[in-house]
Amino acid sequence: MSTETAVDVVMPQMGVSVSEGTITKWLKSEGDQVEADEPLLEISTDKVDTEVPSPATGTLTQIVVQEGETVEVGAKLAQIGGTGSAEPAEAAPAEEAPASATAQAAAESAAASGAEGETPAPEPVAEAPSAAPAPAGDGAADGKSFVSPVVARIASEHGVDPAQVQGTGRGGRVTKKDILGFIEQGAPAAAPEAPPTPPEREPAPTPPAPPPPAPAAEPAVPQPVGAAEGEQFEPMNAMRRGIAEHMRRSLDTAAHVTSAIEVDMSKVVAIRKKLKPEYQKAYGINVTYLAFVARATVETLRDYPWINGEIRGEQIVTRNYVNLGFAVELADGKGLIVPVLKHAEGLNLLGIARGVVDIAQRARDKKLSPDDVQGGTFTITNPGGYGTFHGTPVISQPQAAILGTYAVVKRPWVIEDDRGEDVIAIRPIMNLTLTYDHRLVDGALAGRFLRDLREKLQTWDESAY
Amino acid sequence: MSEKTYLQAISDGLREEMRRDQRVFVIGEDVGVYGGAFKVTLGFQEEFGAWRVIDAPLSETAIVGGCTGAAIMGMRPVAEMQFADFISCAWDQLVTVAAKQRWRAGTPVPITVRLPSGGGFSGGPFHSQNPESSFAHIPGLKVICPATPEDAKGLLASAIQDPNPCLYFEHKHLYRRIKAEVPDERYETPFGKARVHQEGDDLTVITWGAMVYTAEEAAAQLDGDGVSVEILDLRTLIPWDKQAVLESARKTSKVLVLHEDTHTGGFGGEIAATIAEEAFEDLDAPVKRITAPDSPVPFSPPLEKAFIPQVDDVVAGLRDLAEY
Repeated sequence: MSTETAVDVVMPQMGVSVSEGTITKWLKSEGDQVEADEPLLEISTDKVDTEVPSPATGTLTQIVVQEGETVEVGAKLAQIGGTGSAEPAEAAPAEEAPASATAQAAAESAAASGAEGETPAPEPVAEAPSAAPAPAGDGAADGKSFVSPVVARIASEHGVDPAQVQGTGRGGRVTKKDILGFIEQGAPAAAPEAPPTPPEREPAPTPPAPPPPAPAAEPAVPQPVGAAEGEQFEPMNAMRRGIAEHMRRSLDTAAHVTSAIEVDMSKVVAIRKKLKPEYQKAYGINVTYLAFVARATVETLRDYPWINGEIRGEQIVTRNYVNLGFAVELADGKGLIVPVLKHAEGLNLLGIARGVVDIAQRARDKKLSPDDVQGGTFTITNPGGYGTFHGTPVISQPQAAILGTYAVVKRPWVIEDDRGEDVIAIRPIMNLTLTYDHRLVDGALAGRFLRDLREKLQTWDESAY
Repeated sequence: MSEKTYLQAISDGLREEMRRDQRVFVIGEDVGVYGGAFKVTLGFQEEFGAWRVIDAPLSETAIVGGCTGAAIMGMRPVAEMQFADFISCAWDQLVTVAAKQRWRAGTPVPITVRLPSGGGFSGGPFHSQNPESSFAHIPGLKVICPATPEDAKGLLASAIQDPNPCLYFEHKHLYRRIKAEVPDERYETPFGKARVHQEGDDLTVITWGAMVYTAEEAAAQLDGDGVSVEILDLRTLIPWDKQAVLESARKTSKVLVLHEDTHTGGFGGEIAATIAEEAFEDLDAPVKRITAPDSPVPFSPPLEKAFIPQVDDVVAGLRDLAEY
């Protein structure tokens, strides 16, 4: 290579481990003409003593490193061609250009080979360590629901529900630090593993589920992070935590499916209109639509033992009795409890009406005993009081189904008149929903149950109840 | 104490063992007159004579086989492979004979094989490998990977005195680059005791050899993020300090295993599996591995850089773990 432009002579890499070298002798002086590959100087390294040939033909314009000096591999020793000391600034970029071009070419070739897939050698290079995909947990969206082994262990040791902890990990995942910080700030004990229960009662009533740690007397308020502007914090009481846990667990346990049916309540409305003042006068009881529905439900359940049943391990449990739970909203509107009317199959309409009034009142007065909330086999929830006509309630575990009753609404209804003609009549219609655990109850069974229940309500036999 | 390079520490350690124990001798290609490819045995032949500093023919099989025989006869040979890569020629003597002799016949085989290993200098596929995991898999062999000058000297003394065949991986990239204080007196650094290179609370890096320094540089970059990284230098892979690894894993719950050897079958897999088996309930993230990819070491400088885990790769890995 002959050159007019400057070429640098650098300290060569003389061996794998050599990082520096010493100039022992310059064989040429500044101003000498040198040929490419002509010995230019002698160097000494840890490994070898050797001559360094000139990289180019031209004039040795500048010697940068003098004899006896030791410099790093790659350091500029001298310059050939150019105009001497003024040149290096220009020479440097000239050196860089081919280097980066090489790197780019290498990268491209690596990428291209990678794409071919079959090429054995360069292909793995394309997956340089930095490009290695991140392991599990990349799914940012559901990051919060993943509980790492250490978080699970700490949560169980301290009786803390990880879902209560504000996560700072990827996708909001709760990290070890998060849960330790939460506990340090005085986390509440775990919520009782039970359907919503009266907070004041001791011991906490529990269903057949494994007994949970008892709730702390008055748990400290967890404040993992400060409230943002416009937000306010309010402590979650034991009942709310219990509801939260139970609802979540139920959805995680049962395969919830909801079927609905419309019931013409004309006959029930008529009978209730007649009975209401009688019962009020004789017994002081307000007989509600709910009592009618409950009575008809108990009757219908006799023919559908699985809907009054339960999955327990590998077994299906059925009963010769009905313990009917009623979802009752508490007076402050901040909680829900499900007292149970035991052996409802032995109660007539009056008995059920009286029972419902009694447990609802005691629930609101917080005077239920633990026994009052245990052992339910089927539940009725009545969100229709505010006019809603449909809903999908959550099953109270470990039961198989829950009946929803909704507002009785006057609607135009197509019926047959005496002559067999279709006419539109105004009828009080109520929607009923059955939300059932499809693990045990299939859709057809639920449909037949609702059909029979509707039939009982529409053809109410006053003397039979 | 005096400051020495990693290479000088190896050289001094070896000289000291030869001076104190007449059974110790050195054999290898160019170890005598030339003083060794990397000058570890420079001046040895002048001091100890040609019968204790033997220039061997170009046959690794003969070198390791000869050492094995001499060890069985009571000597303490120290073989030098010019590059660790060349040990594959001696596989049969090492794995079939030396490693199994103790179990087969009850005789110890106290040989030490010095293996200049590692890349970073465009040595290409035959002069850059880190084949430690291949031998970690062979029962009967000990695998030593010092990272500091002090350990280089102390672990070499232990290897020479150990009654088992010891593979002593000395990383070429550390030879003249790493300088540190080394005790002047003789000492033995025990096998199977990890060294805490730096303490930390948030993440653990488990590594050895030259990667200790890569990890250190990477950890320094995470200081600014308020993430504190513990670096554990295993020092020896067989035996390896399971207890220290598990303790650190339990402390930080997030572990990165870093090695310069290739990925599949690398010793990092053994460490990750052990953590998963014995510290599963202490993990807050999957155990991460950063290693060379499954390919021969490329010659081209940019490709070699892409091959050997770099500081930036480790920084990215640590950040990923920290954010997990």
